[in-house]
Amino acid sequence: MSQLASLTLYHNDEARPIIEAIIADNPGVRVLNMPGAVKLDCEGALVVKRASVEERLGREWDPQEIHLVLISMAGHLDEDDDQFSVSWKH
Amino acid sequence: MTVQIKTIDMEPKRQTFGHVARRLGADKPATRYQEATLDVQATANFHYKPLWEPEYWVYDTRKTAVVMEDWYKPLDPRQFYYATYNISRANMNQSAERAFVFAEERGLIEKISPEARKQIETFLLPLRHLHWGANMNMTEIAQRGYGAAVTAPCIFSAGDHLGMAQIVSRIGLLLDGQTGVSLDMAKEVWINDPAWQGVRKLIEDSLVERDFFQLFVAQTLAINGVVFDLVYKMSDAAWKDAPITVAMLTEFMSDWRADESKWSDSVIKTVAAESPENKALVSQWAAEWISRAVEAAKPLSAAMLGDNGALAEAAGDAVKARAKNLGLTL
Repeated sequence: MSQLASLTLYHNDEARPIIEAIIADNPGVRVLNMPGAVKLDCEGALVVKRASVEERLGREWDPQEIHLVLISMAGHLDEDDDQFSVSWKH
Repeated sequence: MTVQIKTIDMEPKRQTFGHVARRLGADKPATRYQEATLDVQATANFHYKPLWEPEYWVYDTRKTAVVMEDWYKPLDPRQFYYATYNISRANMNQSAERAFVFAEERGLIEKISPEARKQIETFLLPLRHLHWGANMNMTEIAQRGYGAAVTAPCIFSAGDHLGMAQIVSRIGLLLDGQTGVSLDMAKEVWINDPAWQGVRKLIEDSLVERDFFQLFVAQTLAINGVVFDLVYKMSDAAWKDAPITVAMLTEFMSDWRADESKWSDSVIKTVAAESPENKALVSQWAAEWISRAVEAAKPLSAAMLGDNGALAEAAGDAVKARAKNLGLTL
């Protein structure tokens, strides 16, 4: 049975490049817009790539900075210097 | 576990300004940078021709020989607008302040040898005047240039140069016990010392360059890359026993250089890539100004390091390699 990996982020200027990067890097991601927040759902796994965010942000970006705009998440967390991902895979 | 938040989403009538939406191709949320930059400069309905230059309108694409179909192509990869620029520089300035406090508390300046002190007075402090010239150039590009995408970061850069001139001045004040004597001496050196006359002529020649994009290439590629890099980045040996102290107090400059070149390189690259004509022009300007800067810096590096100008050549080679990476043919 599949489960949804999910990230909920603030919908503000800081988060927008991250949201754009997630939508570009995760085919099949579902976007739910809420006032001031965006919920991103994807079958199985959701990945945020540092390089993609940096491209949109125009500066160096540490994946840890996602915590400044992160509201909620679903999935097992795996993070390193280059990516931040939630998934239900083992 | 998953938290389900159920809400009603009200769609805003408009996501951004009309002129920004037309550029983005759809009415979607725009970044602050885009809203503060795109098509901000007036393009039509100017009331008067400027009396001092009646052949041009106040904003006029003909003020440079390069031709861009759209001057909003060379965007700033750092996405600086007023707020982000100030936040970034405030952080950099905070670490500069800490370095000065540290140097004062530990008496780092008292500990350096008389030879090192003399070197700093002769070869670092006169850079205040070079920064002032660079400030004039960037301001000139901001007022003669076309399109907020290019001109806004130029005025930020002009502010950076003033700030760096102040940091250099503060190093002088640390040296002379806050009397300003060392700064008067540095001005004498700038005006009279043969080692500096090439660099002084270089910056003074650039002050009268009327083509705003040629001036941009001259300042950001040649002068920053050859002269500033020579003194700030490559001359550790010049400071005798005080290279760490100088490096600490000029850390702002190395941060600034890395930051600004990200932007200025990308502007040059974009403009050169626009057309073969642009590429030829920009390449010609780059070649000319880099070789002028190297010639100007040779006596400086010879006097500073006793190397017959070898380091000035090396700085020039580094800039030429950088220019080739930007798609220029030198």
